[in-house]
Amino acid sequence: MEKIKTLAEMTANGEKPEILFWVGCAGSFDARAIKITRAFTKILQHLKINFAVLGKEEGCTGDPAKRAGNEFAYQMAAHTNIEILNAYEVKRIVTTCPHCFNILKNEYPELGGNYEVVHHSQYLQELIDAGKITIAGGGSFKGKRITFHDSCYMGRANDVYEAPREVLAILDAELVEMKKSKKNGMCCGAGGAQMFKEDEPGDARINTVRTEQALEVNPDIIASSCPFCMTMMSDGITSKGKQQDVKVFDLAELIAHGQGLESIL
Amino acid sequence: MVFKILQIATFNILMIGTFYLAFKKAKKIYQNIKLGRESKSDDNTGERIKNMLLIAFGQQKMFQNMIPALLHLCLYIAFVITQIELIEIFMDGAFRSHRILYHTFHENSIFNFIYTTTISFIEIGSVLAFIATIAFLSRRNLLKLPRFTKPEMIGWPTKDANLILIFEIYLITCIFSMNIADQAMYMNENGHGYGFLVSGFLAPMFQNLPNTVLEIWKRLGWWGHIIGVFGFMLYLPHSKHLHILLAFPNTYLAKLTPKGQLSNLEAVTKEIKIMMNPDTAFVAPAEADAAPVKFGAKDVFDLSQKSLLDAYTCTECGRCTSACPANQTGKKLSPRKIMMDTRDRLEEVGRNIDANAGKFVDDSRSLLDYISVEELRACTTCNACVQECPVLINPLDIIMELRRHLILEESNSPDEWNGMFANIENNSAPWQFSQQDRLKWEEN
Repeated sequence: MEKIKTLAEMTANGEKPEILFWVGCAGSFDARAIKITRAFTKILQHLKINFAVLGKEEGCTGDPAKRAGNEFAYQMAAHTNIEILNAYEVKRIVTTCPHCFNILKNEYPELGGNYEVVHHSQYLQELIDAGKITIAGGGSFKGKRITFHDSCYMGRANDVYEAPREVLAILDAELVEMKKSKKNGMCCGAGGAQMFKEDEPGDARINTVRTEQALEVNPDIIASSCPFCMTMMSDGITSKGKQQDVKVFDLAELIAHGQGLESIL
Repeated sequence: MVFKILQIATFNILMIGTFYLAFKKAKKIYQNIKLGRESKSDDNTGERIKNMLLIAFGQQKMFQNMIPALLHLCLYIAFVITQIELIEIFMDGAFRSHRILYHTFHENSIFNFIYTTTISFIEIGSVLAFIATIAFLSRRNLLKLPRFTKPEMIGWPTKDANLILIFEIYLITCIFSMNIADQAMYMNENGHGYGFLVSGFLAPMFQNLPNTVLEIWKRLGWWGHIIGVFGFMLYLPHSKHLHILLAFPNTYLAKLTPKGQLSNLEAVTKEIKIMMNPDTAFVAPAEADAAPVKFGAKDVFDLSQKSLLDAYTCTECGRCTSACPANQTGKKLSPRKIMMDTRDRLEEVGRNIDANAGKFVDDSRSLLDYISVEELRACTTCNACVQECPVLINPLDIIMELRRHLILEESNSPDEWNGMFANIENNSAPWQFSQQDRLKWEEN
């Protein structure tokens, strides 16, 4: 991986990026999610896309605080982020996290943060449509069964269902839908700040039930497009003792592998 | 003659009394809804009308599930077209006439055709509605579909649902009694019937009954039906069945922005602006006498009027609860219960206002006495409940407003969340990592 430029460095050199990559907290700190960040970065660098990150100037968007009910912590975080983004005159943002996507796109404008925000599933689709990403012979995915788990914050929250599926389509694998998918897709259990606390008493864990639904279609790979879904589905697979047979990968990792930028299989 | 006058008087008194009481109750419901915070809905009228036509009138979202959609459609169509016949029934009642429209215009062949076709349609609709009602009753009471047997359905809600269905069977029975007996008598007099499709087919079987029996049967059917209609009008505002009316305003007023978009609390924005501005940060707020700002909702007064309309619109079908991931995994949260609790509390507040000469007197209760913290905490904000609702009710809005109150007004928060909040405030991440390390992923 080449060195990544921060927006501060670019601005100091009088450069302007085409797009800002909003890495997000999970993408920056969670060991598993870092692999997604790196895979997506490799794709961007391979395609020589002029992008930057905020680095130390990036902070939590405030999503978990807001969904827990702490509007104060959220708006403080949003205020700080918007000041930085506006100071750099950021126009376009891509992020690998649906929660960051939703809040940046839908909730920041009212507070003075107006940007064109795309999720990496949409951005990858854009690159595919433009003919910039092609995978010769589908890479090594031929014959593999892939099922896509919809993230609530891309799906129902923002009605994005086709972009991730079109990205997966170029892998030339066998795409299978779970019984509950798209509009009816079941949550992984992490949203609404559930990621950050224990479950309420009940008779099952949401991620286990969702994993069972995925296993029903006998996939080799469960594809996701959210670092929190990634954690939940991976934990679910482990709790079922299936980690040898079924892998959970993000779209970015699958495309990076398909392009020979890294090897995950 | 005296008998006729007596009938006219009875009908008109019943009618005026029913309309008066129904109007009074409707006004009360309107006032209750108005107790909420005003919600914006003056934008994009075209889109709103489209939603109402497609989703309320056209039942678009019901068709996510074909079998219940078709059964429900039968009842819906029968109900809507029966309103046409009801016009004549009301006229007949007010003047003690007999099929006044038919007898006035039946020599006009075009009118005759329209009239016979309309009543025939109503009759076919009623037969289909009868079948649907039986299916609905079986689904609830024999098949015991899970969504109809959740804890919040125990007691009155289940009775309410069954009562409405039995009521429908009663109304259908009355209307067929009336039409069959009437037609049999008409055949005896004129040698042919009106030409109604279903009753015209059945009437010949009863032609040989004595005329007095047919007359009594017809009258019983007619009176039984109209008293049923009046009863239904009075029962409706107390039951879960209000959706037949409120689905229309509710779909019109539903939010048009993406489901993931949550409102920003303006009061918080203001406070932050004051805090961030060095000129105002250390000055005491000028409007000390202004009403204290409330964050989130503790009671129905703090919810939006749309949320309160949602509560009255809910017909307790439970599609939301079936789709809720928390409910599916045995947690206490049920989005339907959120709606039912909101309505129950709102009704309680309404009664309090009536009992205290139009002013609410603090009863040291709130919506949080109905909905527990455990329920609110279990929500993943996944929007499955919002997606499911056939009439665009949004349980998540209520859940979020109550959550805001718990955190911002009561500091009622699990320890893990407090840690997460502190991390976001101190090191700009929900976990305890330094902001200085935000690019470490690059090294690896």
